[in-house]
Amino acid sequence: MNVKLPLKASNKPIIWSLFAAGGTVTALLFPALILLFALAVPFGLLPAELFSYDRIQGMLDNTFIKLIVFALLFLSIWHAAHRMRITAHDFGIRADGFIAFLFYSIALLATILLVIALF
Amino acid sequence: MKLTNGNYVRPPARYSWWLRQGRYFRYMMRELSSLFVGIFSIIMICGLYQLSQGEAQFTAFTSSLWNNFWWLSVITFLFVTYHSYSWFIVTPKAMPLRFSGKKVAPWIIIGAHMILWLICSIFIWFIFTNGGAQ
Amino acid sequence: MSDVKTSQKSVRQVEIEILRYNPDTDEKPYFQTYQVPCQEEWVILDAVNYIKDNLDRSLSYRWSCHMAVCGSCGMMVNGEPTLSCHAFVRDMPDKITIEPLENFPIARDLIVDMDGFVEKLSSVKPYINAAEEKTVEQGTYQQLPEQLQLYKQYTQCINCMLCYSACPQMALNDGFVGPAALALAHRYNLDSRDKGREVREDVVASNAGIWECSFVGACSEVCPKHVDPAAAIQQTKIAATGDYFKKFLMPWKNAQKGQAPEGGDQ
Ligand code: SF4
Repeated sequence: MNVKLPLKASNKPIIWSLFAAGGTVTALLFPALILLFALAVPFGLLPAELFSYDRIQGMLDNTFIKLIVFALLFLSIWHAAHRMRITAHDFGIRADGFIAFLFYSIALLATILLVIALF
Repeated sequence: MKLTNGNYVRPPARYSWWLRQGRYFRYMMRELSSLFVGIFSIIMICGLYQLSQGEAQFTAFTSSLWNNFWWLSVITFLFVTYHSYSWFIVTPKAMPLRFSGKKVAPWIIIGAHMILWLICSIFIWFIFTNGGAQ
Repeated sequence: MSDVKTSQKSVRQVEIEILRYNPDTDEKPYFQTYQVPCQEEWVILDAVNYIKDNLDRSLSYRWSCHMAVCGSCGMMVNGEPTLSCHAFVRDMPDKITIEPLENFPIARDLIVDMDGFVEKLSSVKPYINAAEEKTVEQGTYQQLPEQLQLYKQYTQCINCMLCYSACPQMALNDGFVGPAALALAHRYNLDSRDKGREVREDVVASNAGIWECSFVGACSEVCPKHVDPAAAIQQTKIAATGDYFKKFLMPWKNAQKGQAPEGGDQ
């Protein structure tokens, strides 16, 4: 129960601010995004033409929308990576260094792919 | 574990602690939502990549998402909605507001976030139905 | 008069199972069961006192005020961290399990070793670090009622340690500074007379402090004094993040930290 010395200053604020910002934008936008983009068509709520190549491409021609998409996915992927690191710890997995490396690497690769795809 | 000073340390339930109480279980489900946030983010990034590759690739992507993976989207939707709910419900704790010296009631902060959530959802709906019109 | 009659009527036989441990004779704790005739108006502590007075004088536990002020009678009651003076037997099932507070070493029976907890409390420098010491002639440090309201909630802690028992991160990492100590640090950080936030951050924002918290929120749910340690910790995370980036972007400000005054003995 005692504090374990030595105490180290933590660099968590960097990843934590991404986590917090990501959690907020994800909470605000993801449910609607999933409902409309991934579920509305298979459940027959919206016509598939709404999500055709031309329309989505046209949407992303708008720089404002493109930046929103970039910010949303960038933050959500880092939010998920960081929270999954903590969840692995909660499930009793103690290889925190390896887990952190693994999840943050995936997030980094996804970020690179996102930049390639969008810009 | 008996310590040298006679104290006894109960071994913690390292893997199963979260099954012991409802509040721990709800917490774990909240945290597990991140797995689905991650999966859906990667799906969307892959979709954008396919979009950049041309029409045939993008159509293959959407039809696979809709026809083969709709069940994953259902689970993802449930977890992500729980994430939103659990995120907004604790906002008064992280961001207590004061207005002319008085504490703003928690339900007002939560309610404001819920309304913002609704506005953002309508915004996405608006973009999908009108934004791409060309 | 009719008192005897009413109390007889409302007596309920309850089976109470208590985790026993005697460091001199026992290798391991074990459960012992008692049949207790509980009165309608009894709290758990009354039932435990009944056992001590009438059934088993060897039972050891801490208590003092019987009115949720002293903070010493915390126990696990049916798996929930509870002040035993603050929970009625009538709200419980016919079989009650009582264990010493979780996440603490057991010293004897229901008594836990709280040395680590006290060390953690003092590690956050829980006293006013004023910008400058005032002499008696210079008068007192003044504070407006509105400034008091900012942190009053966080002064209500009675050090009952229930939050430490409820916290799963505490169980997973017993070096974690923990809810009550971090709430106490927040209490001083919010105090208008205090200037010691950066000094406290050496512990509070370290690898044993706020970042070990994953916002389970169990501490706030079990706290009998509505201190809401979970809120304190999240607000501290936001403040510490701001400080971190400030330091990062304005490194010349770091020099000031060394001059931060120390209030009280180390
Ligand atoms: S914060 Fe609440 S639960 Fe924790 S020790 Fe203080 S009074 Fe007890």
